[in-house]
Amino acid sequence: MNVALEARHLTKRFGDVVANSGVNMRVERGTVHGLVGENGAGKSTLMNMVFGLYQPDDGEILLDGKTVHFSGPQEAIDMGLGMVHQHFKLVEPFTVLENVILGIEDAPLLGDAVSKARTKLEALEKSYGLEVNMDTPVEDLSVGERQRVEILKALYREAQILILDEPTGVLTPQETESLFEIIAKLRDEGKTILLITHKLGEIMAITNNVSVMRGGKVVAERVTSETSADELAELMVGRAVTKEVGKTVVKASEAILVVDGLCANDDTMHKALKGVSFAVRSGEILGIAGVSGNGQSELVEVITGMRAATAGEVFFDGVLTASSDDFLKADALRALGLGHVAEDRLKFGMVSDMSAAENSILGHQKDARYHKHGLLNPRLITEHCDDLMQKYDVRPPLSQLPVGGFSGGNQQKLAIGREVENNPKLLIVGQPTRGVDIGAIAFIHDRLVALRNAGCAILLVSSELEELMALADRLIVMCDGVVSGEGLPAKLSEKDIGLMMAGHKTPEHSGNVGGRVS
Amino acid sequence: MEAFFFDIVLLLDSSIRLVGPLILAALAGLFAERSGVVDISLEGKMLGAAFAAAAAAAVTGSAWVGLGAGILTSIALALLHGFVSITHRGEQIVSGMAINIVVAGLAPVLANSWFHLNGQTPLLDESQRFTSITLPGVEVMSNVPVVGTLYVEVISGHNLLTYVAIALVPLSAWVLYKTRFGLRLRAVGENPSAVDTAGISVIWLRYQAMIVAGVLCGVAGTSLSTALGAGFIRDMSAGKGFLALAAMIFGRWMPVPTLLACLLFAFSDALQGRLQGVELPVVGVISVQFIMMLPYVVTVIALAGFVGHIRPPAASGKPFVRSR
Amino acid sequence: MSSVATDNLPKWVNFGLIPFLNLATAFIVSGLVIWSLGEDPFLAMSLLLEGAFGYGEAVSYTFYYATHFIFTGLAVSIAFRAGLFNIGGEGQAIMGGVGILLAVTIGADLPSFVLIPLAILGGAVFGGAWAAIPAYLQAKRGSHIVITTIMFNFIAASILSYLLVGPLKREGAQSPESADIPDAAKLDPLSDFFGGLGFPEGPANSSLLIALVCVFLYWLFINRTHYGFGIRIVGLNPSAARFAGISSTKVIMISMILAGAMAGLMGLNEVLGVQHRLITNFTAGFGFVGIAVAFMGRNHPVGIVLAALLFGAIYQGGAELAFEMPSVTRDLVIMIQGLVILLAGALEHIYRSPLEKIFEKFNKPSKGEG
Repeated sequence: MNVALEARHLTKRFGDVVANSGVNMRVERGTVHGLVGENGAGKSTLMNMVFGLYQPDDGEILLDGKTVHFSGPQEAIDMGLGMVHQHFKLVEPFTVLENVILGIEDAPLLGDAVSKARTKLEALEKSYGLEVNMDTPVEDLSVGERQRVEILKALYREAQILILDEPTGVLTPQETESLFEIIAKLRDEGKTILLITHKLGEIMAITNNVSVMRGGKVVAERVTSETSADELAELMVGRAVTKEVGKTVVKASEAILVVDGLCANDDTMHKALKGVSFAVRSGEILGIAGVSGNGQSELVEVITGMRAATAGEVFFDGVLTASSDDFLKADALRALGLGHVAEDRLKFGMVSDMSAAENSILGHQKDARYHKHGLLNPRLITEHCDDLMQKYDVRPPLSQLPVGGFSGGNQQKLAIGREVENNPKLLIVGQPTRGVDIGAIAFIHDRLVALRNAGCAILLVSSELEELMALADRLIVMCDGVVSGEGLPAKLSEKDIGLMMAGHKTPEHSGNVGGRVS
Repeated sequence: MEAFFFDIVLLLDSSIRLVGPLILAALAGLFAERSGVVDISLEGKMLGAAFAAAAAAAVTGSAWVGLGAGILTSIALALLHGFVSITHRGEQIVSGMAINIVVAGLAPVLANSWFHLNGQTPLLDESQRFTSITLPGVEVMSNVPVVGTLYVEVISGHNLLTYVAIALVPLSAWVLYKTRFGLRLRAVGENPSAVDTAGISVIWLRYQAMIVAGVLCGVAGTSLSTALGAGFIRDMSAGKGFLALAAMIFGRWMPVPTLLACLLFAFSDALQGRLQGVELPVVGVISVQFIMMLPYVVTVIALAGFVGHIRPPAASGKPFVRSR
Repeated sequence: MSSVATDNLPKWVNFGLIPFLNLATAFIVSGLVIWSLGEDPFLAMSLLLEGAFGYGEAVSYTFYYATHFIFTGLAVSIAFRAGLFNIGGEGQAIMGGVGILLAVTIGADLPSFVLIPLAILGGAVFGGAWAAIPAYLQAKRGSHIVITTIMFNFIAASILSYLLVGPLKREGAQSPESADIPDAAKLDPLSDFFGGLGFPEGPANSSLLIALVCVFLYWLFINRTHYGFGIRIVGLNPSAARFAGISSTKVIMISMILAGAMAGLMGLNEVLGVQHRLITNFTAGFGFVGIAVAFMGRNHPVGIVLAALLFGAIYQGGAELAFEMPSVTRDLVIMIQGLVILLAGALEHIYRSPLEKIFEKFNKPSKGEG
């Protein structure tokens, strides 16, 4: 066996946290090697050590059987390693060409280097089918194209081992397929590919071998053809995984939220929503699928009173809450019974430097429940928080601890509890389980279903198709600021949804967006 | 008409004279911010350089030694700002303001202790200063109407540092857009992790930007005390560092537009000097105090006049932390 | 800009030890400067202490300066809580002084108990209005508030000197100054109230009590009202403010107007308490001292009072020091101020991180799991 890369007993600590503990892994040359594990299992830390971004506290890394020590990424790049990070490392206003040559310009002046690079890049684009216009600024490229730029960057640096960190998280199923074709081509050319993912389907589809990480350790190595997705899932989680949500039948009722022809701009004043219409009824979970960045965030922000609409209307519980003239702000909407669990917890939903108690009234700061004699009352706030922490199993139950000191799952339980305890008629949830451990995921899903069973309407935005398929009663798909498709989860295949995510309208989609299930 | 033309010529001449320190400081701010470090300590660096240059020139009798001292002082202050902002990831605006205040206090203390002139440095004579240079061809050009007058009165007759300042504008543009250093500098101000993963040191790159800013502010401060003035006076930077910052924003972080913004501010400064005690049509004589506000008011209006979004370098003001 | 960070350190470290270390470092650097000037830093230190507390009038001066600094410290602090760096305290104080003078001139015939509240209102409204313009430009036009507030300092100084040589000029006066204020508007010296308790005679006056009331109101407003809650949210996480329905425009306006009002009240001490008229350059850089006071006091009400007292002592002691030691000028005090801002405001991790490590060893906080 020809080993290209080997990790021996790698250990990395951050303060008290052991991110990697004695990790062993062998990657064969000319193969696609999968690395799976849950969030926080230590995959990214391992790869960052291999790439020289972190230095291991213990253990060693071998390339072609020789021990190497990287004090920075430059040395790793020089030794033929390339990495495509989960969050792309591209300079947005720069052109593709400028991004590719950044760091290996060869000469102090750009003139000559650029024309030389152009020739080399052209050849690369052709031979791997990675076409993308070299002179387009990266900010004008689609996500899939940006990823190609990242791969080109690595190939331009003559990478022999390519690390892809969660490469499909932002791609449509079709884009994923074409990425896999590229990966296969690279492998056939003799390159070694390390694919980091938490999606087991991808591991089964493309890898030769797979390592499973859990709790900072590699717990298993398998030849892909000799294992199954179920086995890998068990290895990842450490126990058998059961998926069941106890939905009851809820009688159909009136639409509580009606969105009609909604348009809005994003932060850079580009059109993000181009006429979105749909409705949500009490007692149903409406899922919104789509590759992130196709208007879902802006949609949620308009509905929840965080962003102005440029055209169209939003009615909540019969009240016009947003139009191009004006809109109700988030606090007023909460008073009407609209709850919102933000997709990015620490960006929107929480203030990490503030205590859990103060965070537990965020958005309800004007509510008379927390005031006495016209002033905010710390005792009332603390009692409210203690109550939430108990009901939603937030650990540790310390209401004065800054929110930044809680784990992602506990922060999310607090965020959901805060909204649910206000008895909303409609709950808008973005990415409810992002960055949340498995135990908390089940708890959160149970809560959402219980809320739906109790007659609350839920609008669920998620980039995890699996989550949507399991929870949603009805699904709409967004692409490029419009609703590109809708249907019942049970009747839609992953392929259908993928086509919708890419903007191909399905025949079933016949403008029936008024909330009536066909 | 003749008199009016002459007035304009004089105004343009003093605008050019005043624009030197402003554009130097603005370019300093531009290099710092393009690298991702917000620098409101331009004021302090200029003041420190002005003091060091005047003191060194007074002691050694050489304007060039003064320039060297000014630049070194300014670089030292720039490295301090770098130490706080880059190495220690401290609040950049607070650090900048602190440096301004430290220099505003320290310079007069040292001046007083060394020269006993109540916080000033001795008056510099011609030989200790950067004096005006007559450009070649002035004699020929002086006979040409309009263009010749402009050449003789506006273009010629400034001090060396003013010419250096103006020459640095195209040079800066060239460095930013045509060299490897410029490419990396712009990259690190937009997305430092792209630079980091490309194997380039974010920290060293930003320190280099600090040094460039230090040199530029050093020349700016030196020109205040040894070219425009003849010695160091307490608080002689008089908000120019902030005007320069405003010019940089108004010029959208690009060298040539920044020069134009600086010219606008310098012109309003020249105008306020020219309008003092002048009888204007309709309004009559305006109080000198109101006229003196002019550059500051123009700055506020320029900053407020933006329509739509201005886009500073995406990473400016944000310390770089390798994310986990 | 992040605002006050919460952390794992005990209060006495956060509000006691760290400010002390910052100050000590500033003093050591200053001592080195004094030493390099050929003077004895220890002698300088004792002269400074002697000058600040050594005799009755000195103590009164210390309190007089402290009153200034409480007002300007609050002006920086309130804005900072909203994530705004208000370096316009100087200009806001100038305009507040003008407002105070106008109020007591217009209401000259009124009795004290009406006139003084009127003066407070005048100072607050003028100071607040002067801060409202940069606030509006920041909120609506995105104008950098640091630059606009600095510009407004220069503009205010010009307006003041115009007023004092023009409309408000005292008849026949040689220097730019206004006419005297009516007797009813004069604030009583603190020795009139607390003389029985041994408070010495001097410039300190009842505006200190007004300052302390403002400190209490600051605490109440920031910590116990939903407006204050909103200000803190905007300061710590502007996106979360949008999520919570808090208008950042409103927060910027409210916090800056209150900040300007606080700075504006500084004129009570100077105009009604000591000078009994408006003079040119009466703010003398006190607006900038507020920055150091706010950082050193860690934006905490009690901290601000203590930091103001400390800087009061440094200012008064510094004046005496400059008198006794001619090669050291009062400008040294400005440098100390700058160093404190640098250490307490921008370099706080220099001491914080090592201390946090030490305390972590003694007291392991439990992180939430599962």
